[in-house]
Amino acid sequence: MKDELAMLLDRLDAMGITRRGFMGRAAAFGAATALGTTVMGSAARAQEPKRGGVLKMGLGGGETTDSLDPGLSDSPVPFSVNRQWGDTIVNVSPDGQIEPALAESFEANADGTVWTFKIREGVKFHDGSDLTAEDVAATFRRHSDENSKSGALGIMQGLSDIAVDGQNVVLTMATGNADLPYLLSDYHLLIQPGGGVDNPSAAIGTGPYKLVSAEPGVRFVFEKNQDDWNADRGYYDGVEIIVINDATARTAALQSGQVHMINRIDPKVAKLLSKAPGVQVTNVSGRGHYVFIMHTNTAPFDNKDLRNALKWSINRQELVDKILDGFGGVGNDIPINAAYPLFDDSLEQREYNAEKAAELYKASGHDGSPIELLVADGAFPGAVDAAQLFQQSAQAAGIPLEVKRVPDDGYWSDVWNVKPFCASYWGGRPVQDQMYSTAYLSTADWNDTKFNNPEFDALLLEARAETDLAKRKDLYSKMAHILWDEGGLICPMFNDFIDAHGEAIAGWYEDPNYEMMGGWASSKTWFA
Amino acid sequence: MHPILKLVTQRLALGLLLLLAASALIFIGVELLPGDVAQSILGQSATETALRNLREELGLNEPALTRYFKWLFAALQGDLGTALTNGQSISKAVGERLGNTLFLAFWAALFSVPLAIVLGLIAVRYRNRWPDKLISGITLSTISLPEFVAGYLLMYLFTVKIRLFSPISTIYSGMSLGEKLSAIALPVMVLVLVVLAHMMRMTRAAILNVMQSAYIETAELKGLRPFVIIARHAFPNAIAPVVNVVMLNLAYLVVGVVVVEVVFVYPGMGQYLVDHVTKRDLPVVQACGLIFAAVYIGLNILADVISILANPRLRHPK
Repeated sequence: MKDELAMLLDRLDAMGITRRGFMGRAAAFGAATALGTTVMGSAARAQEPKRGGVLKMGLGGGETTDSLDPGLSDSPVPFSVNRQWGDTIVNVSPDGQIEPALAESFEANADGTVWTFKIREGVKFHDGSDLTAEDVAATFRRHSDENSKSGALGIMQGLSDIAVDGQNVVLTMATGNADLPYLLSDYHLLIQPGGGVDNPSAAIGTGPYKLVSAEPGVRFVFEKNQDDWNADRGYYDGVEIIVINDATARTAALQSGQVHMINRIDPKVAKLLSKAPGVQVTNVSGRGHYVFIMHTNTAPFDNKDLRNALKWSINRQELVDKILDGFGGVGNDIPINAAYPLFDDSLEQREYNAEKAAELYKASGHDGSPIELLVADGAFPGAVDAAQLFQQSAQAAGIPLEVKRVPDDGYWSDVWNVKPFCASYWGGRPVQDQMYSTAYLSTADWNDTKFNNPEFDALLLEARAETDLAKRKDLYSKMAHILWDEGGLICPMFNDFIDAHGEAIAGWYEDPNYEMMGGWASSKTWFA
Repeated sequence: MHPILKLVTQRLALGLLLLLAASALIFIGVELLPGDVAQSILGQSATETALRNLREELGLNEPALTRYFKWLFAALQGDLGTALTNGQSISKAVGERLGNTLFLAFWAALFSVPLAIVLGLIAVRYRNRWPDKLISGITLSTISLPEFVAGYLLMYLFTVKIRLFSPISTIYSGMSLGEKLSAIALPVMVLVLVVLAHMMRMTRAAILNVMQSAYIETAELKGLRPFVIIARHAFPNAIAPVVNVVMLNLAYLVVGVVVVEVVFVYPGMGQYLVDHVTKRDLPVVQACGLIFAAVYIGLNILADVISILANPRLRHPK
């Protein structure tokens, strides 16, 4: 921990890291009180939590079609709803460390192929039954079944065996993976009694709040779980989640005191909202990023010079300023940023360089016919505007980039991963291995740039089983360089999670894992 | 058979036929949309395996025609099926949503219809003078304002500036009538503003039309007060066109309020339908489509019947 603190302080000096970003990471390993008061001023974490009251959250990103099955959860409201009632076996802390949850400890063998998780004793499900290692194993089996519709199927397929040994769950993999605990912190993998096989949508779990009523797309009501195994969370008597998809109604609800916290503030109004009385706007740079992706196996994008010409012809800072209104970070054509553990910042930052772009474009021998970029509003917020800015800066470099706007309807089925050049977004993953394995390994299902580099693949597999952190960081650095130079990814920006809460809320801290404090807003805050 | 009874039966039969046609059109429409329910559910996270599994489970591999007739026979037996996306019973979900929609429509109609007619009468009484121009001016501006703008304006005024009402109109079982009414105050206001002008203008035009008749002149000559002439002699003869417009607007209150529902987060049919259209959840879209079509057809039949009842010549055909 000492090293990490030193590293943080160095970074603080070297990179001018934001106060909030620093506080989030420092708070996570308990250094907030000391550092917070001496270096940075007072911190909310120093306060003693109070209990009581009913928290009302106004959340966007929910639909009447949402299911309570954690395996099918794929949007903000189901994510937050499931966080109330369910637990994973481990969690990722705001600084990217693994924290115990339903598993109180775990260990791996030397090559990272066999992992043993010791399941906490004395934990009760909401229906009164006891949590057993068998429940955990059954949950993992449900999500790893090849007929499963679970969103975690991809990450669970690496498991070759799931066994129970007393209070332990033993997971075996064909190839070692030093990041397995990170994969198991996936929000789909909530432990359910009997694995949730009989009734996956029962919403019975071990979480801080019990489901009282659920109306998908409208309202979810929870009451405090009196038998919660974790005393350091769940300070409210109850939680009410009201689905408010309209951004204006959401902010009005917060301003008028109808709800205590809201998610998904439009960057364009965030600055204005932060000036409103009684409203605190918080932003944290996460791992989510907005991208333009080229299929590296399809003409003309199979030409490396052309790909790099396009990469040098986009003005990343302009996009961050105009599309995100400053609420975000500049991307560097790799899907990884400083929010990831083992991030290597030695990679050169690609800037807008029209001359270099023009040179590369000439070298590519492209015939000068229009290069079509497909984009829809739904690709990411502001995608069409971003594409038009890209078009202008590219045309200034003499690249005939044409923006073709297509409807949101069917975008993810007919355009993304189908057309050779389009806009998209990624929510990010907790660790580099998972991000790269999900979308840049040549055999990955979601390899949306059709990236196929044997050296990159080999490095990825090597890094996965490498338990020495320094060596691993080095391997990831090599991969980043390859992708930066060869890949089909144009990553102009990483977006912030922007939330807001009212004055009544205390204890808010930053968590780059996801919006609403990584989903823990209702668990870890309290009424002042 | 009484001619009116015969007419109603005819209309009802025709209405059923129309419903059948509507269900076929909805089915074709959703089938034509790009992507299917499996792709819509999985979105960006779709893999070939996941898609295959989901399609299998949802029975999407059968031909479209088979699925349509299976659905049709079940619907004829009163079973609307379950939503493909979240497995919930459609009848139950639609029932609650329809109740909410009708609740909102009822209160909006309760205020807007009498208001529109009274304003229409006043406008005729003072036609081409300032009250007429004022009423027309105001109602025409409110109808010209998009609903969401009106919604946001009212929201800003009554929730942020004056904290009188709630900006979110979520209603749920367990709320008292008073709480519910307070929750829907703003959407009701918006809806009243939106439908007022149309009905008011039609009332005004229809009565003005009648005002040219000889018997109105007679009434004037025998010294009746202008307002009595309008309300007692002219209005009853102008009911037919007014009823038609009122019914159209009532139908609009039921089927066309999705924007208002979204702005005020009201759990009605519109929002439910839109969510399921984007997910290509055919059974739900079919069910909602049928209900909406039935509302339109039903209200139109009602309008026809009322027009006939209001007109002695039609009531007693030779």
